[in-house]
Amino acid sequence: MKVLIVDDEPDIIMTLDFLMRKAGFDVFIGRNGAEAIELVKEHQPDLVILDIMMPNVDGYEVCTYIKQTEQYKNSKVIFLSAKGKEVDIERGYAVGADFYMPKPFSSRELVKKAKELLTK
Amino acid sequence: MSFGIIFLLSVVYLLVLFAVALWAERCSKQGRSLTNNPYIYSLSLAVYCTAWTFYGSIGRAANTGIEFLAIYIGPTLIMPFWLIIMRKIIRICKVQNITNLADFIAARYGKDATLGSFVTLFMVLGIVPYISIQIKAITDSFIVLWQGIEQTNKVVDSLDWANEASLYFTILLALFSLWFGTRSAQTTTQNQGMVMAIAFESIIKLVAFLTVGIYVTYWVFNGFGDIFNQTNALSITPNLLLIPNNGYFNWFVLSLLSGIAIMFLPRQFQLAVVENTNEQHLHKAIWLFPLYLFIINLFVLPIALGGKLMFGNSINPDTYLLAIAIQKGNYFIAGLAYLGGFSAATGMIIVETIALSLLLSSNLIMPIVAKSNWVADKHLSRISLFSRRFSIAALLFLAYLYYQNVANHYSLVSIGLISFAAVAQLAPATLGGIFWKNSTRAGAFAGLLAGFITWAFTLVVPTLISAKLLPNAWLSVGLGNISLFNPNALWGVTGIDSLEQAVFWSLFFNVFMYVGVSLFSRQSSKEHNQAELFVDIFKYSEIYESSVVWKGSAYIPDIKTLLTNFLGVDKTNELLQQYAERYDVTWNNKDQADSRLVTFAETQLAGIIGSTSARIVVSSIIKEDTISIDEVVEILKESQQLLSINKELATKTTELRQATEQLKHINEQLNEKDIQKDEFLYTVTHELRTPLTSIRALSEILYDYDDIDTNEKRHFLSTIIKESERMTRLITQVLDLEKLESGEQKLNLSEVEIIDLIEESVTAVKQLATEKGVALFIDIAPFMPIFTADKDRLMQVIINLLSNAIKFCPSEQGVIKIQAQIINNNLQISVADNGLGIPLVYKNRIFDKFYQAQMLNKSKPHGSGLGLAISKKIIDLHHGLIWVENNEQEGATFFVQIPLV
Repeated sequence: MKVLIVDDEPDIIMTLDFLMRKAGFDVFIGRNGAEAIELVKEHQPDLVILDIMMPNVDGYEVCTYIKQTEQYKNSKVIFLSAKGKEVDIERGYAVGADFYMPKPFSSRELVKKAKELLTK
Repeated sequence: MSFGIIFLLSVVYLLVLFAVALWAERCSKQGRSLTNNPYIYSLSLAVYCTAWTFYGSIGRAANTGIEFLAIYIGPTLIMPFWLIIMRKIIRICKVQNITNLADFIAARYGKDATLGSFVTLFMVLGIVPYISIQIKAITDSFIVLWQGIEQTNKVVDSLDWANEASLYFTILLALFSLWFGTRSAQTTTQNQGMVMAIAFESIIKLVAFLTVGIYVTYWVFNGFGDIFNQTNALSITPNLLLIPNNGYFNWFVLSLLSGIAIMFLPRQFQLAVVENTNEQHLHKAIWLFPLYLFIINLFVLPIALGGKLMFGNSINPDTYLLAIAIQKGNYFIAGLAYLGGFSAATGMIIVETIALSLLLSSNLIMPIVAKSNWVADKHLSRISLFSRRFSIAALLFLAYLYYQNVANHYSLVSIGLISFAAVAQLAPATLGGIFWKNSTRAGAFAGLLAGFITWAFTLVVPTLISAKLLPNAWLSVGLGNISLFNPNALWGVTGIDSLEQAVFWSLFFNVFMYVGVSLFSRQSSKEHNQAELFVDIFKYSEIYESSVVWKGSAYIPDIKTLLTNFLGVDKTNELLQQYAERYDVTWNNKDQADSRLVTFAETQLAGIIGSTSARIVVSSIIKEDTISIDEVVEILKESQQLLSINKELATKTTELRQATEQLKHINEQLNEKDIQKDEFLYTVTHELRTPLTSIRALSEILYDYDDIDTNEKRHFLSTIIKESERMTRLITQVLDLEKLESGEQKLNLSEVEIIDLIEESVTAVKQLATEKGVALFIDIAPFMPIFTADKDRLMQVIINLLSNAIKFCPSEQGVIKIQAQIINNNLQISVADNGLGIPLVYKNRIFDKFYQAQMLNKSKPHGSGLGLAISKKIIDLHHGLIWVENNEQEGATFFVQIPLV
């Protein structure tokens, strides 16, 4: 299983990278939206853990791209964002996210959710 | 002649007069109006010619020559203007159902009952002397005819039988006036009988006077020429046909007084206005009436000169008319002369007392009765009738008293002129009322009061003094021994006669106060309505009832009951039927009366109890609304006040708009503040989330996974520490900002060396700069002074600016230059970098807290976003300025300026 982590905070990337590796997934890392889309095309990940606030192409756009593209639409998307307002969450689900997890998140829950989505 | 014959003659004459009246009324009931023509109207106006004309003019002519003519020239000159003045007044009275001048003035100035009462009182006081001289004339003529010529020289009041005779005549006339004037409760139903009787009376006195005139001129003497020749031959009165050199002012005053009197004397007003059936009659009256005056005066001078030739100064010239015939033993002519004089006097007394009784009743008595709750409405019409009867009796009794005590000492004309002068005081308020919209109630009141006081002091007081009712010293020196207050020479002005100066001063003060106070007072809206209506009556009269003066609602049954109380069931039904037909209304299923019907009802009632009382009565059943703005504005549109009020409205509108704008602005600011607060809160929590995320996730990892290698574990732990520090810093800054914003934070002032300040700040960021490979240059001008500031806080600002600069500088190529210099007694510190610069739109907003987060919505903020906001607060506390400018080539420069004082 391939997991793509997209965030611009090195600390978060480090954390997620550790968790996903420990869960036994292959991990790819993108530092912004544009990079993320390239990586999706290249690796067709099964799960994308997406930050929202990123320069240029944001998380919503990345998710929209994934879910609207026939090829990738089966990839699962988890939003992991400091944007915790109702509207943000609703928008996240509206663009096709499978789960929305506001920061600060629980690493245990994230791992559990990732496994859940990938075994469906 | 015997007492019995003369008295019988008088009574028979009165009965004939009454028969004429009854005949006219019967005709009118049969639908044939005898009075509805211009000839009767013009003749009725001749009620102006009283015993004064009949006897007084001759007396005056014998003493002062043609001066008597002034009393007739005034009316003749004013007549053409009736088409303007009286037509307007007639229309106003018809529209508002006004029945007398006091009502007229009260109505014009906002239907003010007090003003009406005052005018009434004034008129009664002014006119009573006039009535009393009619009693005097009747009594004198009666005595001359009865006792012979020699009696005219005796002081009449010493004779008991003369007293008795005058009392009998007064009682007779009182009864007759009561009978005549108060048979119907409704006063606006025109009294056709009375008009006809007066017209008849005018014919009698004209015929009588002409007959006597012809008799004297052609029987006793041989024509005009003979009389004038004999007079010239004796040269007893050489200047009688000339106006004396100083007489022009006198002529002017007399013409003025009589010109006003012909319009505003109560009896003239009654006949010219109230009894007018058609405005068109004025067109004939304006030449017919002067013609009448001309004819009746034709023989005045011959009789006066003839009398003088026959009697010299041996008898009172007021009695020449009778005395000549008596002397010649022609009792037919003498009787005719007596009858003419009696007719002139009674005509005047009847109409004057009826008119005054209406005044008293509807402006003095009824308003008080109507306002008090002593009597039920249904009794009001009976009380109104009673009060009019009582008024007639009281007026004649007063006149009798005045005759007994005062009038005896004066000639007919001089007493008559006192009344004329009183009536003249009403002219400013009345004429101003119909031509000058801005005149106010206060102005009218002030003018009338000033006129009244001056009139009373200069004309009434002297008569009371000579009747020994007041001390003589007032006349010889002045009131309180001050010569300025001499009634006959007010303000010490001498050289003109007492009447002239009285008229001059009274009218002067009257007009002065009227105009002056009007200019400085404001009209109420009701007053303004009436002013508008009066001045522009021809525009409004068509639509009066539908236009609104009342703006109220009442129930139709209430109105019906009210009308029934005064008019009776039949009359009420008839009127309402008429109303319904006129306006095409049906009464069914409609129990709410509109303002038009209310106005209609008020107008009908005004005819019975006077407009002021009617208003009071009607208001009792009405819930009156204030007149709506729309209506007021509608009326205002026409008025001269439009401009100023519009201006005022415009100002008000502008003020209102400004206030609204301000409120809107404040509201926006509040909203913005609110939003900012939310934003702030959101941003703070958001900012806390990022470090907290790492801390939480990493702590969980450290707890959950045992197999982490030592390096990784150390890295995780150091991240946790670093993020904790970041959180701490943020919290500190939030609290710091909060303290600065709330004003809690005070500056910790000390003497600061500028070099120290800069160098210490640079030292603090040196590490950071080195790490990023940024070059730092310091440029401090020489001889920098020491200044007072909070050194730590200023360092915080400079460090913040420097670290921002470092942050936004390109790695390894960054160049930062910090400069300090003195400009205009300000310390200026600038920090220039070679980074990206600041987009212009953000130039001012970057000093808002968290603005950075907003401006770069899509990316994560660098730092807390509070640094510049805190810096600005600190500089504010130092009364300094902080701003940013983009450099010409690249990067931006932040400036801080702090005053050194």
